[in-house]
Amino acid sequence: MLNETQLATLTETARQMRGDIIRMLAASKSGHPGGSLSAVELLAYLYFHKMKLDPQNPKLPDRDRFVLSKGHAAPVLYAALAERGFFDKNHLTSLRQLHSILQGHPDLKRTPGVDASTGSLGQGLSISNGLALAGKLDKNPYHVYVLMGDGELEEGQVWEAAMTSVHYKLDNLTAFLDYNHLQIDGSIEEVKSMTNPGARFAAFGWEVIETNGHDFNELDQAITTATKIHGKPTIVIMHTSKGKGISFMENQASWHGTAPKPEEAAQALQELGL
Amino acid sequence: MSEKIATREAYGSTLVKLGETNPQIVVLDADLSKSTKTAMFAKKFPERFFQMGIAEADMMATAGGLALGGKIAFASTFAIFATGRAYDQVRNTIAYPGLNVKIAATHAGITVGEDGGSHQSIEDIALMRAIPGMTILNPADAVETEKLIIAAANYKGPVYIRLGRENVPIIFEADYQPEIGKAVKLRDGKAATIFATGIMVEKALQAADELKKQGTTIRVINVHTIKPLDAATVIKAAWETGAIVTAEEHSIIGGLASAVAEVVVQNHPVPMEFIGIKDRFGQSGTPAALLDEYGLTAKNIVTAVQKVLGRKI
Repeated sequence: MLNETQLATLTETARQMRGDIIRMLAASKSGHPGGSLSAVELLAYLYFHKMKLDPQNPKLPDRDRFVLSKGHAAPVLYAALAERGFFDKNHLTSLRQLHSILQGHPDLKRTPGVDASTGSLGQGLSISNGLALAGKLDKNPYHVYVLMGDGELEEGQVWEAAMTSVHYKLDNLTAFLDYNHLQIDGSIEEVKSMTNPGARFAAFGWEVIETNGHDFNELDQAITTATKIHGKPTIVIMHTSKGKGISFMENQASWHGTAPKPEEAAQALQELGL
Repeated sequence: MSEKIATREAYGSTLVKLGETNPQIVVLDADLSKSTKTAMFAKKFPERFFQMGIAEADMMATAGGLALGGKIAFASTFAIFATGRAYDQVRNTIAYPGLNVKIAATHAGITVGEDGGSHQSIEDIALMRAIPGMTILNPADAVETEKLIIAAANYKGPVYIRLGRENVPIIFEADYQPEIGKAVKLRDGKAATIFATGIMVEKALQAADELKKQGTTIRVINVHTIKPLDAATVIKAAWETGAIVTAEEHSIIGGLASAVAEVVVQNHPVPMEFIGIKDRFGQSGTPAALLDEYGLTAKNIVTAVQKVLGRKI
């Protein structure tokens, strides 16, 4: 359970991160607002409350790892890293520009604090399994967190990896599903009948926890429980809204990959009180 | 030269040796460990062997994750699956961030034999060559395999190693020390040069011997590292011999022939002939019958040299 101060800090951090996301996308004129905004609470919680990290030492050997399997949501990762102090906030408005340390999709070679390069969907869980296996081999106590999108579950490799997580009893791994129900060409139900993702993971042998992805207390409860499950991996199905926090972006598939125009960005920042 | 050992066999035993001395070595396989010979490592170091099942994409990205966790990851399956099925994983998860994964792919080329065209990779080198930062090794015999596997383990970055199913003659002595990136001159000559790789090296030597009997002295270069190509050796051969034949158990599109031609054309154009698979899929047959059917013979190398000599300026 989070105390009042923790809750207030996380809520404020989330607000700042939403502002960062809008500002960086307005500057780059290209990128993915919807799926970045739906993951803000999770990233705020992990980077400011849960994960063992040192912004001065991004390669800390026993740091917790975070893999953004839905790599197009890079803006939310960059917002978290910037706010946390991994690099100067000035870099945010260089997103996607030539020579920027902030590439369109996470690039571990260019951005301090990025643990894995992603972008081609469906690979992050496999990468996370590899990290978790290495941790167990070395008896290194780090925990691996991986965030996937619900459209991303249509990639077959996710299910290959889901088998691996269970087969190797990777309890030092916690996965998260950004269950915002929307992909690009429509809802996940319309596009591929991707219903009941929790039941699918449960059938594969995962521990499944359903939670409100925008409620810090619920996230705290879910993640605390998840990291205590032994002998199998856990997935936290986060019920979220794509574009959360910006009224005209919420639950709109059209805001998947379109950057806000200057006047839209101004309106968004006004809504956030920034 | 009478002993014959498959390069995949040498790979398996070298992995065990590596496992004994380096605790960071881990090995992955996709239900083919008896064929790829990773089973040898698995038996000795079960805690460092990861059976991934029939899931090559998962295997490659998991290897990437293990490398991110500080391991030296060897991932094995057949060449067709390593480079075909898992291409995006190799390209985006391993090569793009430059991870320390060694893709040791066996059963390359048409000498896979009876399994047929769906299993015979005639294009793996081409696929890997187009990936920036991918080092490509194609050892010619068991000795070279052992040395290059060890070199690959000590090399920082992604490496693709092409291994074969069939037993092949030993060419090199036990004290042979190949260096990644350095082609090896096996015979000297001025009339023409044969650049060969993998199982075609032995056939190139046979061809050179035959041509010597006919009074023509041919330079033979073993290209064990196809990428990065030893361009200096290629340019030198173009200048000093004026005619080049390439020989590979691979399509003439995108593999050794292309790699050498790219350097030759940009530096010192000379006539070239390519011995390789002429843009055809493989098919079922014995390895010997297939090599003949697809023109991968010493006899054809001789003919190619004679042809290119006729085109010399």
